Amino acid sequence: MAELMTGRAAPAGPILLLDDIDEPGLATREVYERRGGYESLRRALALEPEEVLAQLEASGLRGRGGAGFAMGKKVSFLPKGSMDKYLVCNADESEPGTFKDRELMQKSPHMLIEGIVIASYAAGANRSFIYIRGEYVHQADVLDAALAEAREAGYVGEDILGSGHSLSLVVHRGAGAYICGEETGLLDSLEGKRGNPRLKPPFPANQGLYQGPTLINNVETLATVPAIIRLGGAEYAKLGVETSTGTKLVSVSGHVQRPGNYEIELGIPSREIIYGLAGGPPAGRGVKCWFPGGSSSPVLTAEDLDIPYDFDSLGKAGSMLGSGAIIVVDDETPILDVAMKTAKFYRHESCGKCTPCREGTNWTVKMLERIDAGEATPMDLEIMASVQEHIIGNCLCVLGDAMAMPIGSMIAKFREEFEAHNEQARRRRGLGAEAASDLALAAQGAFVEHPAGRLAPDGSGDQAPGEHEAAPGTQRGGA
Amino acid sequence: MSPLGWDAAADLEKPPATVPDVAVPEALRAEIDARMAEYPDRRSAALPALAAAQRVHGWCSPEAIEQVAAVMRVTPAYLESVASFYDMLETEPVGRHSVYVCTNISCSLRGADELYEAMTRAAADDPDVNVRAFECLGACDIAPMASVDGVYVGPLSSADIPALLDDVRAGRPVLPERQLARRLVADPHANKGEFPEHPAQGAGG
Repeated sequence: MAELMTGRAAPAGPILLLDDIDEPGLATREVYERRGGYESLRRALALEPEEVLAQLEASGLRGRGGAGFAMGKKVSFLPKGSMDKYLVCNADESEPGTFKDRELMQKSPHMLIEGIVIASYAAGANRSFIYIRGEYVHQADVLDAALAEAREAGYVGEDILGSGHSLSLVVHRGAGAYICGEETGLLDSLEGKRGNPRLKPPFPANQGLYQGPTLINNVETLATVPAIIRLGGAEYAKLGVETSTGTKLVSVSGHVQRPGNYEIELGIPSREIIYGLAGGPPAGRGVKCWFPGGSSSPVLTAEDLDIPYDFDSLGKAGSMLGSGAIIVVDDETPILDVAMKTAKFYRHESCGKCTPCREGTNWTVKMLERIDAGEATPMDLEIMASVQEHIIGNCLCVLGDAMAMPIGSMIAKFREEFEAHNEQARRRRGLGAEAASDLALAAQGAFVEHPAGRLAPDGSGDQAPGEHEAAPGTQRGGA
Repeated sequence: MSPLGWDAAADLEKPPATVPDVAVPEALRAEIDARMAEYPDRRSAALPALAAAQRVHGWCSPEAIEQVAAVMRVTPAYLESVASFYDMLETEPVGRHSVYVCTNISCSLRGADELYEAMTRAAADDPDVNVRAFECLGACDIAPMASVDGVYVGPLSSADIPALLDDVRAGRPVLPERQLARRLVADPHANKGEFPEHPAQGAGG
């Protein structure tokens, strides 16, 4: 334990993606090739596409963007036959807490390009796009320069290395919208529209970009492909644990002493990442809660630190690995602040297409504000929890769920703190005995005259009179 | 050409209405044309085209929208609907320099809200600087941080603000020592060799 507090206890695990990532000039083709770059592409092009696909399936690689779907299986869903098929690399990394793809694209862009070309060969796609978030100006410039080099060397373009496989690749810059990281929202945005998600099915593998079969993968997933071809799928699958193979980039941020990207072998204890690698919270403070996979994953507490960091273990613990972004919150931070930040973000980013998400995110923020102001009744927490339940699974995409899951977990795990926060705020506002007796009445299920409105015990009463904000999709700037 | 009827199909490629003859700066027209050529459907170029027009006009002004619409042969209303969806496309006039302060969860845990307040106050009387609170910019490792004309800098404290704004106004590279581009990866096992820091980025804007 003592060594865990000071430095990494276990010896270094395998490093595939971040290997000498800071070598000067790695972003150029010259250095990348000197280190064996594009060898995997040559090897893959010498195989049949089906054989490359078999390697991807054997690797057990699961998507690194959030959903964790088996990559090989996703490729196999694309229909066979000659038609326009598309490959889209999702580089719209905007899940709060996630910054792993940024490091890869900025420092080793050719690894991503090589992965894209190999994956396109396996999928039979001949047009590809990298949809990169508009904020990543530097990374997009790096990619553009690397792409020009790759074209010049014949790795991208017509008849790649004499294989007969052709691929065009375009770096497409977004313009700032979280929802465009959702695969169908991304497709609409790439088609030049507002980034509203689509109804699924049809899934993108059948009808995606321009209504054609489309393979969409995250940057890290595609960047892992050259390593899989180099090692062989079966060898890669030996890394990690049974249902979570390989290595994973983890972005650790928040209250840790060494925030940043770490490459870990899946299945190591979470404590080793948070304390061993990232140094844990500043001295004298403990972990209150942590998001294991970006701000849309349900929070876990200090008791969960020994859970192995892999897809299934985190799933069993009621959370998810998501994008691999660990956000640590120390024990001096009020849980309400964390909930408020999270909810306001999703309110701002909701595209407004589906009612449960558009209204649910807005209501959740309002109720949190009432708790913060000491204006909430005890029922409000119940209502807030039920709002979360009504969002989950009722929208076209999972943006609403992405708020409902963490907020729901915070209410479940920190209910007493929410209640205490409300009570303290109420006392500060000078609402003494009278208000307190209202609370007692409300707890018994009686009607309550409330400073901010009127609420029946079943939550069906008049809503709190509050100023309605502009529609979430049209808000500008931060909340 | 014979009049439309059973024998002649409507020309679906023809623009539905007369495209107004709008004067468009030559460089902008060339850039939009080049972007449209990259996609199977020219409308895919809407975002890059609007971003290009914004660089020329400072924001997505009615004039900018009209120019893009004329080159892309789509309606201005379509482009307005697109522009209003995306945070980085400005639908109101703004300062030339953008300072996006990330105020999302990881940055706010490390004091981003105070940083944003201080930044707003410091730039309040400078119409050239557009300070905005922004959603997660994907740089939580340098929290709290800001994207200054597209260049990521951090970690920042309120004490850094005068120097940062001086650099912005003078067109110098912003706080070169704090730029994200320079940083080495955090993982101690990633680099086997000892590598120098990366060079900082040039002046933005």
